[in-house]
This record gives sequence, C-alpha cells and structure tokens, in this order.
Amino acid sequence: MIQLVASLLAITLRAGTSLMYATIGEIYTERSGILNLGIEGMMLMSAVTSFATVYYTGNLFLSILVAMLVGGTLASLHAFLSVTMRANQVVSGLSITLFGSGMASFLGQRLGPESNSGYLVGLVGSKFEPIAIPVFSLMPIFGAVFNQDILTYIVYVLLPVSWFYLYKTRDGLNLRSVGENPQTADAMGIDVGKVRYMYTIFGGMLVGIGGAHLSLSYAPGWTENITGGRGWIVIALVIFSMWNPARAIWGAILFGGINAVQFRLQASGTTIPASYLNMLPYLATVFVLVVLTWWEALSKRIGAPSALAKSYMREEK
Amino acid sequence: MRIVFEKRKTLSRKAIFLVPLFSFFISLLLTAILLAIFKTNPFITYAAMFQGAFGSWPNFTETLVKAIPLMLAGLGVLIAFRLKFWNIGAEGQLAFGGIAATWVALFWSSFLASWMVLPTAILVGMLAGALWAGIPALLKVRLKVDEVLTTLMLNYVAILFAEHLYYGPWRDPKGFGFPGTPPFPEFAWLPRIAGRAHLGLVFAIVLALVIWFILNRTRLGFELEVIGNNPSAAQTQGIKIAKNIMIALLVAGALSGLAGVCEVTGISRRLQQGLSIGYGYTAIIVAWLAQLNPIAAIFVAVLIAALLVGGDQVQMMMGLPAAMGLVMQGMLLFPMLAGALFTEYKIRLIRPRTSGSLV
Repeated sequence: MIQLVASLLAITLRAGTSLMYATIGEIYTERSGILNLGIEGMMLMSAVTSFATVYYTGNLFLSILVAMLVGGTLASLHAFLSVTMRANQVVSGLSITLFGSGMASFLGQRLGPESNSGYLVGLVGSKFEPIAIPVFSLMPIFGAVFNQDILTYIVYVLLPVSWFYLYKTRDGLNLRSVGENPQTADAMGIDVGKVRYMYTIFGGMLVGIGGAHLSLSYAPGWTENITGGRGWIVIALVIFSMWNPARAIWGAILFGGINAVQFRLQASGTTIPASYLNMLPYLATVFVLVVLTWWEALSKRIGAPSALAKSYMREEK
Repeated sequence: MRIVFEKRKTLSRKAIFLVPLFSFFISLLLTAILLAIFKTNPFITYAAMFQGAFGSWPNFTETLVKAIPLMLAGLGVLIAFRLKFWNIGAEGQLAFGGIAATWVALFWSSFLASWMVLPTAILVGMLAGALWAGIPALLKVRLKVDEVLTTLMLNYVAILFAEHLYYGPWRDPKGFGFPGTPPFPEFAWLPRIAGRAHLGLVFAIVLALVIWFILNRTRLGFELEVIGNNPSAAQTQGIKIAKNIMIALLVAGALSGLAGVCEVTGISRRLQQGLSIGYGYTAIIVAWLAQLNPIAAIFVAVLIAALLVGGDQVQMMMGLPAAMGLVMQGMLLFPMLAGALFTEYKIRLIRPRTSGSLV
C-alpha cells in the first residue's frame, strides 16, 4: 500500500512539473490582464526546439535557454497583437496555438539529421536525470518528493517565490493593479503597456520551460503532439488555482494524480472505462469554475483580474 | 510627434476589403521565406498546393468535403462571436452531434420507418449540438460563468465520450479491433452530390443565406447586433439579453451539431476515430477571417479547406510536412489580427505646435 502511494506520488510529480511551470507562467500573464490561449502551441514549439538543441549540442542548460527564448518570442507576438494592435486576445491566442502546433510538427520533420531524413522522431538525446537528495529521498512515501530532476526542484522554489512576489512586493502589487484596474494603475504612473508586455513575455518563458520538461525529462525525445492537450489544461488550472501561484500546486497534483491513477488502473486491468477517468479533470474544472463564480458573486472575493482580456487605451472614454 | 488612434464612427469599408487581401499576400510571403530556409522552392510548393486543392474535379470535391464542416461550424461560431460570446466549443458540439446521429442511425431503425431514420438523425444531432452549447450559455446568463473555459472543457468531455463509445459499448464486433462502430444501414447515409461531397454543402449554403437574412433584416438580428456592440444600450432599450444569448447559442450549437451529423452520415458512415480532427477550432479561424459575415464564411471555408487539402497533397507529392497548411493559416491570421486595428481606428500623427518648448 505504502509502495503504491509512493509510486503514485512519484508519477504525479513528474507529470505535474510541466503543468506547474506553465500554470505559474500563465498566472503572471493573466494577472497583467492578458489572456494567452496560445500555451499549447508555445509548449509544443519549445518542446521541439529544446529537444533539437540537446540532440545536437548535448547541453541541457542551453536547451532550456532555447525553450525560454522560443516561449518568450511567441508570447511577445501575442503581446504585440493584443497590447499594441489591440487585437482580440481570444483569437490571437488561438492563432498562436494553431501556428505553434503546425510549426512544431513542421520542424519535427525538418530539424533532424540527414540520416533520419530530417525527422526528430525516434532520436535519443541527453535528458534530465532524477537527483536523489541524501536522507530525505529515503523517507517512506514522501521520499519521491526528493528524488526528482533539477527542474522539479526549481519549481518547488518557484511556487512560494511567485506567491511572495505577487502578494508581498511593490512590483507584484503594480502587476495586480494593472490587471485589476488599468485606468487607476495608469493614473498612479504605471506604464500599463510595458507591464503587460513584460509579464506576458516572462510568462511565456516559464511556459517554454514547461514544454521543455516534456521533451527533456517526462517523455524524453520528440513525438508529434507531445503535449497531448496540456496547454489547454493549464488554462483550466489557472482558474482552478484562482490566479494564486501557491494554489497552482493543488491543480497540478490533481491533474497529474489522475494521470498516475489511470496509469495504475490500466496496468491492473480495471473495468472502469479509461475515458471516464480522462473526463474527470475537465468536468472538475467546469464544476470548480461554477462554484468559484457563484462564491465570488456572493462574497466579492478576489478571483479573475477584472480587466482580463480587455485591451486598454488611454484615449478611450 | 505623437501617434493617436481615433475610433471610427463606422468601420472602414476599404480596410474591411484590403486587410484580408494584404494578409493573404503577407502569409504567402512569410511561408515562402520559411520554405526557402529549408531549401524548398516556394513556387513549386504553392503550385502543387493549388493543383492539389483545385487542379482537378476529384481534387476539388475533396476540398469541398473538408469545407462543409468548416462552413457549418463556422456559421455557428460567428453567430456566437457577434454577441461577443467566445464559443470555442464548436469541436465538442460537432462531436456530440455526431454521437447523437450515430445513436439514431444504429439503434432507432427497429422502430422507425427507414425513410425517417436520416431526417431523425439530423434533427437529434442538431438538438444534441444545441444542448452542448446550451449548457455553457445557461451557465453564462444565469451565473456569469466564463464561457471560454466551459465551452473548451466540454470539448474534451464530448470527444472522450465518443472515444469511449467506439472503443467500448458501440464497437463493431466484426471490426477486427478497429476503433469504430458498425457501419450505418444504407438508408441512414447522407446522399452524396459529387465525389464524396454530400448534401451538407446545400445545407450550408442555404443556412448561410438564411442566417444572413436574419442577422441583417429582422428584429432578432437587430437585437443581437445591439447586444454585441453595446450591452448597456441593449439593456436600456429593454432587449432581453439572456433570452437572446440563449437563442443564438442554441442555434450556434445546432449548426456545429449538424456539421458532426454530416461527417458521420455523409463521409465515414459510422462513428470512428477521426471525427474530431480540429474542424471546430479551424471554424473559429473561418469565422474570424470572414469578419463574422455568413456569406463570406462560405468562401473562406473553401479557401481554408484548400490549404488543408493542399497541405496533404504536398506531403504526398513532395514529402513536405502536411502541417504546412496549419503554418500558413497561422501566418494568415497574424496580419489579419494586426490589421483589424485599421478597420476600427483611424491613425493620426499629432505634431506639437511649438517645437522646443518641451523640456
């Protein structure tokens, strides 16, 4: 039994790492009032480019940088369209996803070596290995927490730091005020456009790491559609965590955990159809969304940034 | 000197026409650069894509096959978008419509006259699509739950449900493990017009005209327009916003549902893997490129379908990734999105009257 729980926890954390990076990234972006639905495309693009980098250079650090660069570049395109050109953010994000998934698939068939006729599929590169932390990793059950790769350890730190940054620092307050009420923020002397650009791009870089974790650790290598819809789940996780990075961990554990349970159930030959289990996260999100909206209306507690997905222009009255 | 955006009183007619045209050329140019980087001749590629989509009668009918679901779902999306209801659930509405039509085609024939099965399947499928759009619409008008997320999440539920059915209880026992239901009886097949292109084409064109008429010439269309442009004005004029949103979304869902019905009864003639291949998401692109105009949506759907079919063709003939079509769609959208600014705003340069007076 203990062994079962421990192995579930291990799989959950491994599956949840990329979700946590992307969720934290999208929280930063949405807190500034920009809704980015392009995560799926951004994760795919950074997964393919980071894997290509590690395949040719063997340098994992460099490939993470490439993933951040790619994620940040696509995010800056979204920022340009939605902040400067005031385009519809829903459609702009969808276009990024469409373009990113097409482009990733294209690159996956072109960036590979001649010997593999240009394909990246089926190649092996170096990957992030778990690093066991002495003593802690030997704990019963929770040992799995301390037997992960470096990216997972970093996300352990990133969660509380992001919470602290958002709620306890001046910059975090400015960021939240831009997403909440850009007019007031503008009057206070905050450059609304600049803040939105900054956090959209920063968020995109974190999403990029999330994508890279898939192709460099969780499922090493490149396969078509390696994200399997994770980019969309992230959008739900942001709501699930009510735009609070500290809560992002619960959503990622829930979704990662469902993955892990499924994995186990399939191995044990259960009679519960896998599709119903697969539906759970999505139904849970709808349910949570309904409850949260209802609760928010009742108690006026802080939830979604009020100016989310609305473009801001000073001249507009 | 300062750049100022001034909101136009009416949309610029010239920009409505020019922006898509420019965007198309920009996308051709950008994709050509991409192709050149990977040592592929863009002219030969474009010629092959065009050839593949329009080059012969059979190829053209295949383009129509892909265009039909895009037309129907695109019409559904644009009705919702006119109300600023961001329905990205066409994919799920399409799948659920397909599931319902399959249910009728496979299990209702024992107590329906055979000529009634197909019309019933169409009706039930449309109702199912309407239901799938109705849930988020109801949550939105009653509880103000964000529709982007609910429509998106319900996509997964519908797709997984379909998967469960054709892998599980509805699986063809004689299918040698193939993930799909048994084939429909022949009287449940949607008649084909040319090649694999089916009656759905007629539905789509007629419905586009009807929707254009309703949106532009009736009281309901007027009310929808007011709600979309200025909800507070709609409120003061006594327009029932909640009721109108519900009507529009039920219609939108029914249209996407019909797309699903046509796919299962007209193309695959069974429910199988590959019902959901992203038509619902591409329909959003169609609606947007058509600037939410139902008549334009028909033509845009053919254009986008041509990119998809052309992409498949260059994969077969030149070994280029089929994802080329997706890349081109994306590159078409970015300049379109940026250009929308020019339809809604005028750009003016303001020069300071006395130069040098500013520190």
